[in-house]
Amino acid sequence: MSTDDTSDALNKAAPEEAAPEQAVLDKDVPAEEAPATGVPAARAAVGEPVALGAPSDAFLSVRDLRIHFETDDGLVKSVDGLSFDLQRGRTLGIVGESGSGKSVTSLGIMGLHRTARARISGEVWLDGEELVSASAEHVRLLRGRKMAMIFQDPLSAMHPYYKIGSQIVEAYRVHHKVTKKVAAERAMEMLDRVGIPEPRKRFHDYPHQFSGGMRQRAMIAMSLVNNPELLIADEPTTALDVTVQAQILDLIRDLQKEFGSAVIMITHDLGVVAEVADDLLVMYAGRAAERGSAEKVFTEPQHPYTWGLLGSMPRLDRERTDRLNPVKGSPPSLINVPSGCAFHPRCPYAALNGGSSETVRPELREMAPGHVVACHLADDDRSRIWTEEIEPKL
Amino acid sequence: MTAYIIRRVIAAILLVLVVTAVTFVIFFWVPKLGGQSTTQLATQYVGKDANPQSIAAVKKNLGLDLPLYEQYWHFIKGIVMGAKYQFGPDAATCHRPCLGYSFKNHVEVWPQIKARIPITLSLAVGAAVIWVISGVAIGVVSALKRGTIFDRLSMGVALAGVSLPIFFTGMVLLGLFSYKWTIWDNVQYVPITQNPGQWAWNLILPWISLAFLYSALYARLTRAGMLETMGEDYIRTARAKGLRERTVIGKHGLRAALSPIVTIFGMDFGLLLGGAVLTESVFSFKGVGEYAVEGIQGNDLPIVLGVTLVAAVFIVVSSLVVDLLYAAIDPRVRYS
Repeated sequence: MSTDDTSDALNKAAPEEAAPEQAVLDKDVPAEEAPATGVPAARAAVGEPVALGAPSDAFLSVRDLRIHFETDDGLVKSVDGLSFDLQRGRTLGIVGESGSGKSVTSLGIMGLHRTARARISGEVWLDGEELVSASAEHVRLLRGRKMAMIFQDPLSAMHPYYKIGSQIVEAYRVHHKVTKKVAAERAMEMLDRVGIPEPRKRFHDYPHQFSGGMRQRAMIAMSLVNNPELLIADEPTTALDVTVQAQILDLIRDLQKEFGSAVIMITHDLGVVAEVADDLLVMYAGRAAERGSAEKVFTEPQHPYTWGLLGSMPRLDRERTDRLNPVKGSPPSLINVPSGCAFHPRCPYAALNGGSSETVRPELREMAPGHVVACHLADDDRSRIWTEEIEPKL
Repeated sequence: MTAYIIRRVIAAILLVLVVTAVTFVIFFWVPKLGGQSTTQLATQYVGKDANPQSIAAVKKNLGLDLPLYEQYWHFIKGIVMGAKYQFGPDAATCHRPCLGYSFKNHVEVWPQIKARIPITLSLAVGAAVIWVISGVAIGVVSALKRGTIFDRLSMGVALAGVSLPIFFTGMVLLGLFSYKWTIWDNVQYVPITQNPGQWAWNLILPWISLAFLYSALYARLTRAGMLETMGEDYIRTARAKGLRERTVIGKHGLRAALSPIVTIFGMDFGLLLGGAVLTESVFSFKGVGEYAVEGIQGNDLPIVLGVTLVAAVFIVVSSLVVDLLYAAIDPRVRYS
């Protein structure tokens, strides 16, 4: 009964580990306050107003997470000093282009980047436990049980040689010492719960016999079979056609309500996050560009990159003659991240900051309670550009 | 699945028919197209020291002057029902399956081949067990420890193994272990029914020289397959479920990485059953391949024809087995 043992161990460990977490938060406070007041921080690398948005009751708390990979071409800084918090029952949307570090972050939280070439630092607190420094075996036991993941392409993410049912049974039996029969019952119950018709029959089918939407439902059933408290959905609807997308999003939202899980929704599709997210984290070149409640970020976006993302979103109510305003250029190399603000080569407003965009890396500062942005633009420039140039075109 | 099996078996039977037709064309029609007269052709079937009488008899017995379709019919009929040959006053029976009759030595080919199959089979099965186990194991470890000394070393040895011909490794092994150190002083085939211990002991050197080549090949294939598979999304999913790394590698990785190996194994093994010509020659084992060599050297065409047919059937059968195995491994195959 190894899983029970572990959960006992977790319960015992939790009160003890709460103290170090508190200590870490306290330690970080000065570093965050500094940028907020405009004074360059002594520990600029930490760079995030941790205390401001981080009540200690956060279920998931990521602190200054760095995930670098050593390659033959150099060090790839996929995630470089990222912090955020997530409460139970809430959904955090992480948006950004390909290569902004969204998926690497999620795999890093899951402990799936522990390879010889990966350099991981920072902290990931899950329900009072630090995962970056925890043993690989310990994180493995949390994986799939306490935190689970839904992947982008369910066809390639499910093993082609095993029946859907046995893949779910396997996921359940790793963490529950039950007979195959009991696990099969549980799997069929989950298939039924995610809306797969005739679950008892479909249990015996292979992934290639499912349609795309049904396959993603099965993937969700597999992820939720152990009632995880943290669900990370990495572009769960990208590989699906539009009609199915909405169903899958509804399903995730319903299941979240039912199970009370915290959800991280990773996507490059702002339409998706608008549907489901409570909070929004905009990532650029492995760092947070902007973070706040979804409503705030959508209605009063602060970062030029966020403006670009919103401007490149096709809308039905836009005039046909209006062109989309995509973000010009392409995402930066993560080996040679541009100096200063990583976004400056693509930023139309970089010139307004008297050269600081090219030389000084902007730290997150609070624009409104809980709404932070990493940008050098002066507040009056920002609000002028937003109201005069950006908002009318959206 | 049943429908799939039936389909594959029917296809295999048809393929055997095609194989007999192709063999027939090569041995009876192509020489004619090449401008040989039937007398010249008959001379080849008689073998060395042909005299006009025996040539005429062979021509008549094989029906070389008949139209091609009739010849093919006789050929097939001989395989299914057996054949009778007349040599003046003497008659010879070629029992079914009549895969040919050596007019030179006045023996039926099939019983000769049948007697030699256990030797070739012993060689092939033993070597196959060694090369599959060692090749796959080395390949998997190399893939998982990619870039380490073990990986580099084993891939270097594997490269040597792929490059060195069997007659070289076989000769070196014989030279060292049989002539220099006389650990195996007389490597001869001993039937397994007679003395299993001696059978295995005497086969060790041939097994190793044959398996060395193949395990090198399989190690490289397995390593490549494993590297590719371990990068697949479903491996990430397996890890995300919290499975043990052992299970991820064995159950999710290896099974997928092995399916192309099964295909290649079927081909290689089938080919070997038709005669491990080089190994048999190096170790002077009287196997099927050695018989073919004998036929070629003695200019005894019926032997060559017989071995060709048997070898072809072995390949068809082993690819049938592979197809069925493949369907058992990869469910996507069954429904297409």
